[in-house]
Amino acid sequence: MVNAIVQGILLGGLYALFAAGLSLIFGVMRIVNLAHGDLAVLAGFLAYVLVDSVGFTPFLTLLVVVPVMGIIGYALQRGVLNFTLGSGELPPLLATFGIAVVLQNVLQETFSADSRGLDAGRIEDSSISLGGEVAIGWLPLVTLLIGVAVIAGLSLMLDRTQLGRAFRAASDDAEAATIVGIDQRKLYGFATAIALATVGVAGVLLGIRTTFGPFSGGSQLIFAFEAVIIGGLGNLWGTLVGGIVLGVVIDLLGRYVGAIGSTMKLPVALLLILMFLLVRPGGLFGRVAVRRV
Amino acid sequence: MTALLDVEDVKAGYGQFEALHGVSVHLREGETLAVIGANGAGKSTLLKVIAGLLSPTSGHVALGGRRLDGTRTHERVAEGIALVPEGRRVFPSLTVRENLLVGGYAKREGPWTVQRVVELFPLLADKLDRPGGRLSGGEQQAVAIGRGLMANPRLLLLDEVSLGLAPIVVKQLYGELPRIRESGTTVLLVEQDVGQALAVADRVSCLLTGTVALEGAPKDLGQEQIRRAYFGMDRAA
Repeated sequence: MVNAIVQGILLGGLYALFAAGLSLIFGVMRIVNLAHGDLAVLAGFLAYVLVDSVGFTPFLTLLVVVPVMGIIGYALQRGVLNFTLGSGELPPLLATFGIAVVLQNVLQETFSADSRGLDAGRIEDSSISLGGEVAIGWLPLVTLLIGVAVIAGLSLMLDRTQLGRAFRAASDDAEAATIVGIDQRKLYGFATAIALATVGVAGVLLGIRTTFGPFSGGSQLIFAFEAVIIGGLGNLWGTLVGGIVLGVVIDLLGRYVGAIGSTMKLPVALLLILMFLLVRPGGLFGRVAVRRV
Repeated sequence: MTALLDVEDVKAGYGQFEALHGVSVHLREGETLAVIGANGAGKSTLLKVIAGLLSPTSGHVALGGRRLDGTRTHERVAEGIALVPEGRRVFPSLTVRENLLVGGYAKREGPWTVQRVVELFPLLADKLDRPGGRLSGGEQQAVAIGRGLMANPRLLLLDEVSLGLAPIVVKQLYGELPRIRESGTTVLLVEQDVGQALAVADRVSCLLTGTVALEGAPKDLGQEQIRRAYFGMDRAA
């Protein structure tokens, strides 16, 4: 039992990392980014190319992948998504859906449908034993720590910096934000750049943890959505808790409910979460979250 | 004194509806101009055009002699135009302090700091960490004005400061106008409360359904004259 919870918490770190960027984009611009998972897969392929052709180690690729994803985010926002804003929720939703389809197919054309992985060496199967059956794998631990660090960093940025205040101001009242001198288009560009930089981290860690292909994005998107929704939309620390809750539930189900087994644990977990949302539609911290970013 | 703001023969509106039919307003550095007029006279539209929220269909706006055609709202803040919008539009989830700080997002060089704003509006002193959404109307208006000042504007545009506020609060807020002027800021205010406007302004411009019906210094204008311009009685006759 203890082990299941520990493993679930560790797994939640990756979900939270995925979800942080989704949460930021939604919080600032009210855009639901359906291409989120596919952008993470894109980051994974970027890392794969760097490892395969340039000879980087997987963790070293972060130095390139994170800034490149940031630039892609800025370009995507200024070149596409900004033009979809201002006429309801549907246009940005459709645009991100389109981006997802384009990404999947470009990745398949370029890399074929084969599954790839990033080999980070010893860290992947070494662990710290805590006595008994409980052991903490280094890789999940590092992932969780990075997830916490990313969310803490985003929170600090939102709370303490002028850029963060501008994000929250624009989230409150976009027109009033331009009145105080904020260039909305540029600000949104920064928001997506930062979000995709976190997606870059998530994509590389995903690639180290498991194999991925051009169409793996969708399932990652589901996990990220779940984490965001359990935690309460647009609440970053809630997203971390949401990711951890999701991780623990999935792990416990897979281990202890014999009839469910490992293939059905995901659908059952999602059903449980749907039922939870019937009781608490706002998520865990939905009601408390006065701050929506 | 040099001209700070020139609004030249501006026509503007929303879709088919033209709200301003060729309005000209000139404002010298250091002067306070009150634009008065009844509901729908085009006062707020004029401020929107000056702040760049609405593009004129003809005519132009110039700041310090430089035309602002195509300069967007956020760029005008950096040029020195700060708008305190109708309805205050304080950011509800940001604290008072954060509202003020974000007001300095595109600030010019100048004297205004959070501390200076609090000295100007002492009612904010113990509310700096309170969210903007949990303030009284008067406190929100003080925050909105302070937020505008944080940009160190050359020209401060005040839209309906008195709207929905108790007379004593309005008096208090307008009472600080001289100190704002002392800091080197020129003020253009739009007001339905004519008495208040006449009390604080060097010059008054009365709008009537999209045109300037009367203009002059309050001391040179008779009450009857202002009343007739305000309600358009000369035109009707």
